[in-house]
Amino acid sequence: MLSRLAESLYWIGRYIERADDTARIVDSYVHRMVEDPFNDEDATCRSLYSILGIEFEEEETLTTSDTLQQIVYDAENPNSIAGSLSGAFENARRSRDFISSEMWVALNSTRNRLPQMENTARRLGPSQYLLYVRERAALLAGLTDATLSHDDGWHFLVLGRSIERIDMTARLLRGRVLSEDNAPDWLAFLRACGAMEAFMRSTSEIHDANGVAAFLLLDRLFPRSVLFSLNLADRCLYEIQPSSQRIAMADVARQSLAGARGRLEFIDSTELLVHLPELLEMLEETCVSINNAVTDRFFRHEDFVQWSREGGL
Amino acid sequence: MGTANSLEHRVARKILKPRNFGVDVATPSIHPPAISVAVSMASVTLVGMVFDDDSSGAWNEMFSAPGKPRPIYERLFAELGRYQPAELRQRSEQLSHTFSERGVTFAHSGEERPFPLDVLPRLIGALEWDGLSRGIAQRVHALEAFLADIYGEGRIFAEGLMARSVVTSSPHFCRAAFAVDPPNGVRICVAGIDLVRDEVGNFRVLEDNVRIPSGVSYVIENRRAMTQTFASFFADHRVHPVDSYPAHLYAALRAAAPPSVLDPVVVVLSPGVHNAAYFEHVLLARMMGIELVEGRDLLCRSNHVYMRTTNGERSVHVIYRRVDDEYLDPLQFLPDSIIGVAGLVNCARAGNVVISNGIGNGVADDKLVYTYVPLFIRFYLGEEPLLDNVETFRLEDPDVREEVLRSIGSYVVKPVDGSGGKGIVIGPRADEATLNKTRDAVIASPRNWIAQRPVALSTHPTLVEDQMRPRHIDLRPFAINDGHEVWVLPGGLTRVALGEGELVVNSSKGGGSKDTWVLNDESVPIRESRVVAAQRYRSVAVRQSDGNVGRGDQ
Repeated sequence: MLSRLAESLYWIGRYIERADDTARIVDSYVHRMVEDPFNDEDATCRSLYSILGIEFEEEETLTTSDTLQQIVYDAENPNSIAGSLSGAFENARRSRDFISSEMWVALNSTRNRLPQMENTARRLGPSQYLLYVRERAALLAGLTDATLSHDDGWHFLVLGRSIERIDMTARLLRGRVLSEDNAPDWLAFLRACGAMEAFMRSTSEIHDANGVAAFLLLDRLFPRSVLFSLNLADRCLYEIQPSSQRIAMADVARQSLAGARGRLEFIDSTELLVHLPELLEMLEETCVSINNAVTDRFFRHEDFVQWSREGGL
Repeated sequence: MGTANSLEHRVARKILKPRNFGVDVATPSIHPPAISVAVSMASVTLVGMVFDDDSSGAWNEMFSAPGKPRPIYERLFAELGRYQPAELRQRSEQLSHTFSERGVTFAHSGEERPFPLDVLPRLIGALEWDGLSRGIAQRVHALEAFLADIYGEGRIFAEGLMARSVVTSSPHFCRAAFAVDPPNGVRICVAGIDLVRDEVGNFRVLEDNVRIPSGVSYVIENRRAMTQTFASFFADHRVHPVDSYPAHLYAALRAAAPPSVLDPVVVVLSPGVHNAAYFEHVLLARMMGIELVEGRDLLCRSNHVYMRTTNGERSVHVIYRRVDDEYLDPLQFLPDSIIGVAGLVNCARAGNVVISNGIGNGVADDKLVYTYVPLFIRFYLGEEPLLDNVETFRLEDPDVREEVLRSIGSYVVKPVDGSGGKGIVIGPRADEATLNKTRDAVIASPRNWIAQRPVALSTHPTLVEDQMRPRHIDLRPFAINDGHEVWVLPGGLTRVALGEGELVVNSSKGGGSKDTWVLNDESVPIRESRVVAAQRYRSVAVRQSDGNVGRGDQ
């Protein structure tokens, strides 16, 4: 398929997942930000900014409404929810001949309705808005799986979705690592991932912090866990370019994936909290290196060449 | 019936102005009996309003007299009687909602807007359409022969029928097009021939578009939206479907491929998402099941064209380009174009790729050349033109120029290379300053202007807010040439000038459109060639996902 198209699909996957996960993370913070009277507003906002990797003014005191504006509604910011959806939309426009028209209509109408949702959210609080974003992301994910052929294009989209999901789950966990006091508690994280029941059912042990972290990082069956997403990303890369090489791995992206997976699989899961900071950093680097490897390998395009006339024609 | 009828009389009295009482709208005697019962408030409104202001002398497409629809509109008129005005408006909003959701938009002054679609379709009878489509095909054949001639041996100059300077002075004449010979002789794969109906009801050609005519996506989307919203309108009519267009286009593009290629790869080349017609590029690529590429996706090496894919480079054999000549190849045309492909024209010259529509086609839709088209039909085809031009004056002739300039206020003056209604001066409506400016421009470069008799374009009832109002319309049928025959898409794009009395009908001027129905009247035999076409394309139709093409009743 066309490199430009593959790139657009990859980014549709990433942006929709980013909107979804950001909505989930913000949702887990909303209780503290909006409703908790004992909460240190400034510190909570800082914690949210830093886990999402969005820049903020160091000197000023941060307020909840400014934070929500930047992280949720600001369409100019590619890391905000509105910005991610608009990024997905722009990429969908560029690949409109490839994605199914149902996907297109879903994405287009999501974007059309967003300003109206925003107005309501400003009056009534962000919950409905966040719920809407999560629902639309689920709809889009469903349409992706049900209305696209599972060919290279679909694999690129799912690859993007998986990479973003690894990145965002790692960021979510970083909230606890960075500042325990101002981040939501572990169970709120589980709820944010929609993983509460899945987690409860997965273990009969005492529900401690270590167990939650292990579930979100290492569970093999839960689709939002890091290990699950690593495996899925690896399968997509394999399908895009099956390799029959016997020794070593030529694909740089798959190499980094294998490294990260090995690191996770061999960790002592009872001691997970101790290794957490280092693991999360490793995961973040892995996402960057996979992204770069995929871009170099598949999305090759040249810069615009501008021709000019030479003198003395 | 008695009480109901008198009620309607009262309604009619309230709505109609007294001068219309000469023709009593609600009196059954002047209606054909079949529809008299259906006259309700909505249709009375329709009739009254539409005829009240229609003093322009223009042909009314729907009515021959107040309250008297033309025969082909009778069933639609009756059907319309079942709708209350509020309901019509509601449906109309539904139409534009459908378009917003589906992203059927065009860019107007930098903003993406839904393309306004009117609730009332425009109807064309089978017999009339048969004549039109033959006239259009004839015209395309003639223009095709003309292009082959001027970029080849130049017989028409040798015969002294046309000065070579007319061609070489055209802004779109293109030296690079010499020796770029299309393998199957088709330079005009797609043509959009703009027609208007004059005061006495004759269709005339207003202009030819053989570069990159656009608008066909709206024909397809309009029909889709109308069948969803007004299914009942369709129940009484046999309407020619329009969704076989992409299959015909794809077949024609494949037929244009270099003969040495067995399974040609066809792509649509678009300038990108910011182009006003991007929606159309997407729709066509998707319905043909081929790649939509931008200039940066393609590269030329050793006179072959490739596209960059995730599996390396892949050959391209036919490019349906939607990029203007000037931007197509920075090595041949504008060197700073970044939406083109460097080296493309040489690849075409080497015969390894076919650019469709051909480069340099613009000379054939130059408006001065337009005045010669009847001559082309006689000279190249040995036939008489089936469709007339609008009376046009060549301003290079000093006598004609003097005559026109003396009463410039009673002509329409157009630049020869304008498209999208740009630069047109409508004499009777222009102010003194504009006229003076135009006069100076004509004197400065007479080759670049033509003058035409102002035609009062026909009007059609159109829903404006809550009322039916007459609005001027034109028609752009689309023709596809596959090298064997010219197929004309039944109908085409009817564009509506939305401003009251506005005569320039163009989407880039903020106009709207109507779904255009060619009725399949069974008393008229379906053209044989259509049946042949339907059979020939059936094999192509199979690969189309939506399965509606190649239906038996085409």
